[in-house]
Amino acid sequence: MDKKTKKKIRSIVSYLVLVVIGIIMIYPLIWMFFASFKTNEEIYGSIALLPSSYSFEAFRNGWNAIGGNTYAVFFKNSFLLVIPTTILTVVSSTLVAYGFARFNFRGKKLAFSLLLSTLMLPNAILIIPRYSIFRSLNVLDGYGPFYLMAAFACYPFFTYMLVQFMRGLPRELDESAYIDGCGTFRTLIQILLPLLKPAMFSAGLFQFLWTYNDYFNSLIYINTVKKFTVSLALRLSLDSETIVVWKNVMAMSCLAVLPVVVLFFFCQKYFVEGIATSGLKG
Amino acid sequence: MLLLQVYPFITSFYYSLTDYNALAEPHFSGLSNYVRLFTKDKEFFKSLAATLKYTVYTVPFKIIMSLFIAMLLNNSRKGIGALRTIYYLPSLFGGSMAVSILWKIMFMDDGMINAFLHKFGFETISFLGNPATALPTLSSLEVWQFGSSMVMFLAALKQVPSSLYEAAKIDGAGKVRSFFSITIPQISPIIFFCIIMQTINALQNFTSAFVVTQGGPVKSTYMLGLKLYNDGFLYYKMGYASATSWVIFGLVLVFTVTLFGTSKFWVFYGDED
Repeated sequence: MDKKTKKKIRSIVSYLVLVVIGIIMIYPLIWMFFASFKTNEEIYGSIALLPSSYSFEAFRNGWNAIGGNTYAVFFKNSFLLVIPTTILTVVSSTLVAYGFARFNFRGKKLAFSLLLSTLMLPNAILIIPRYSIFRSLNVLDGYGPFYLMAAFACYPFFTYMLVQFMRGLPRELDESAYIDGCGTFRTLIQILLPLLKPAMFSAGLFQFLWTYNDYFNSLIYINTVKKFTVSLALRLSLDSETIVVWKNVMAMSCLAVLPVVVLFFFCQKYFVEGIATSGLKG
Repeated sequence: MLLLQVYPFITSFYYSLTDYNALAEPHFSGLSNYVRLFTKDKEFFKSLAATLKYTVYTVPFKIIMSLFIAMLLNNSRKGIGALRTIYYLPSLFGGSMAVSILWKIMFMDDGMINAFLHKFGFETISFLGNPATALPTLSSLEVWQFGSSMVMFLAALKQVPSSLYEAAKIDGAGKVRSFFSITIPQISPIIFFCIIMQTINALQNFTSAFVVTQGGPVKSTYMLGLKLYNDGFLYYKMGYASATSWVIFGLVLVFTVTLFGTSKFWVFYGDED
């Protein structure tokens, strides 16, 4: 066997492996979609992927399910929570990261190791004191806690990510900007920001996803059904009926993941390549 | 940031030494919460064991899986966009409610997975009803979502200068050798980062345990995150829950300090000479 055929076989095998694992990976999601059309009997004990008949009944019934609130309300709530949180996070993390990456100030080392250690700090440990803080600020049962956390760069992951990214940008850029008479803020906006865009965008995307998917924090900070986000509503639909009509739940689950999927497909380039290519290459 | 990170951090430790219940002012009670956790609370050790097991089940699998797939994707040329999307898709849903519910339905006693097993002549496995299988089932949900570390690995792999591989080839290094001597060291900062983040996440898993199994059966999936929630926000024993959270933190700390300690032997940063 010459080298070329060997190489070809290897690439075919690797494709096969990729495709097979890929199908296993994606199967549950496809199943979830089709399960929205199945009756409970079909969901129990059947391996058939496709339902016996198609009707959008589950989507209709699921949509109107809980206590007079439709999923329109829950979706609106989710976006009301997620979008401002995302924007605030990106802005605040970029500013903080700029400080860490480019300036020397007293106690920088200490501050940075504090940042790093909060990165490792489990959310679990902060949740109770944060809960009491937000209670004394009277912002519980709403989205205030999320906005506040975002505005104060309380997501050290993103700050860290942006610091790392900025370190990769050559300092000569800043220096030449200074020589040309830019101030520090202008350097950030005009020189670094365009290069940082991919990183900021991926930070934003991740924050969007995480906040949208998050359940634990919403469970703690939001109590009124009217203010429920989609994930809280989904959980509620499991409890509220004695016999769960799975197809309704599955239909709503499909809708719940839809925004994320759509976002992903639109931003895939940014998503994946944003991390990969530094701005200088483009 | 100081207000919402450092202050809660300190307060949380203080609470853990009190009988704080969210309504009355906390009273100092010394180490009694910890003493109770470690000596009287039977749940605690079960919970601790479940948490550690969950971490051990998920993190290595996730890292190996994502590195493996990233390598395969990195070697292929055509169609990797679509494949990458497929692999990444599950990770989009993070700890979201929808997939937790999906897992619950698929792994029910008469769910889809068991239907498959029947088809191939196996007995029904009570995935979620048996303490031995419940935790691995939850772990599978976590491992399923290896996409984000995969994307990071893929990005890191692309940044490894191909000149290094060429040089290695000239020096007569084989594929395996260049994987361990070039690939791994070159992407080691990312591996390091992923291991730490994954572990911290795994140690405080909540949603899947809360939705899929509610901590059961016989508390085999009653992880610390869930215990914390129940103690703190269901029974309002917030002082006690804070003590639990400090145990989680202790675990994270021990783990990261160990990892950082070993990092100078295997993690290489480009900007340090």
